[in-house]
Amino acid sequence: MSIGLEHYIILSAILFSIGLYGVLAKRNVIIILISIELMLNAVNVAMVAFSRYIVPLLLTGQVFAIFIIVVAAAEAAVGLAIIIAVYRNRDTIDATQIDLMKW
Amino acid sequence: MGLEIAFWILAVVSVAAALAVVLLRNVFRAALALVLCLLAVAGIYVTLSADFLAIVQILIYVGGISVLIILAIMLTRDIHHGSLSNKLRMPALVVSILFLGAVGYATTNTLWQISGAPPVEPTTAGLAGKLFGEGGFILPVEIAAVLLLAAILGAIVLVREK
Repeated sequence: MSIGLEHYIILSAILFSIGLYGVLAKRNVIIILISIELMLNAVNVAMVAFSRYIVPLLLTGQVFAIFIIVVAAAEAAVGLAIIIAVYRNRDTIDATQIDLMKW
Repeated sequence: MGLEIAFWILAVVSVAAALAVVLLRNVFRAALALVLCLLAVAGIYVTLSADFLAIVQILIYVGGISVLIILAIMLTRDIHHGSLSNKLRMPALVVSILFLGAVGYATTNTLWQISGAPPVEPTTAGLAGKLFGEGGFILPVEIAAVLLLAAILGAIVLVREK
């Protein structure tokens, strides 16, 4: 059985679901951030697969993937800076204990 | 035939590494599993004949973001608590499986308009034309530069000692 578009979409969906589980179920903020990176990667796989199989000559999906990587890099830098600032102030990175703005 | 074998190996490695990220108790090992997953995804890009994107993935994710994450794990010194789950573990599992089922159902029941054209190889020249050429994505490229500058300044301001 040859590899087609569906295989890549399913692989992307599996990676995205694992990332979604990590974001929803984990307490460590760094693990949550890592799971977000996993989800962004899964979306990139879907983008490149669509680009390869639907419009192989246009390359637009790969351009979108490059922009997603740029935004992911910016997000990781700012997110980790926020985590370090929170750790400096409150001495914890447990998401269930960072609840100052929770009512 | 070689492409199929490569795809299955890389798919299994990436899914196993992603599962290790969310299931391992040790935060540091989870970060290393993330590196393995990102490398496998770079291999997936190669099987999709996206050569430039595979190199970008290795340079930025494996070389940059993972170092940043490991540095943050070292700085926060919260490793001994481990990567625990919160109260929402079962609902999160149900939501993830429902999402996977919905996407799988939609994917297998859609008639994709597969193009038979061979992929562009190498992609670097085509991507450069798309990003910087006439009628391309030059405005988003400029905006991305501003976004990166804002992110760098924001990160510096956030972690600066008072």
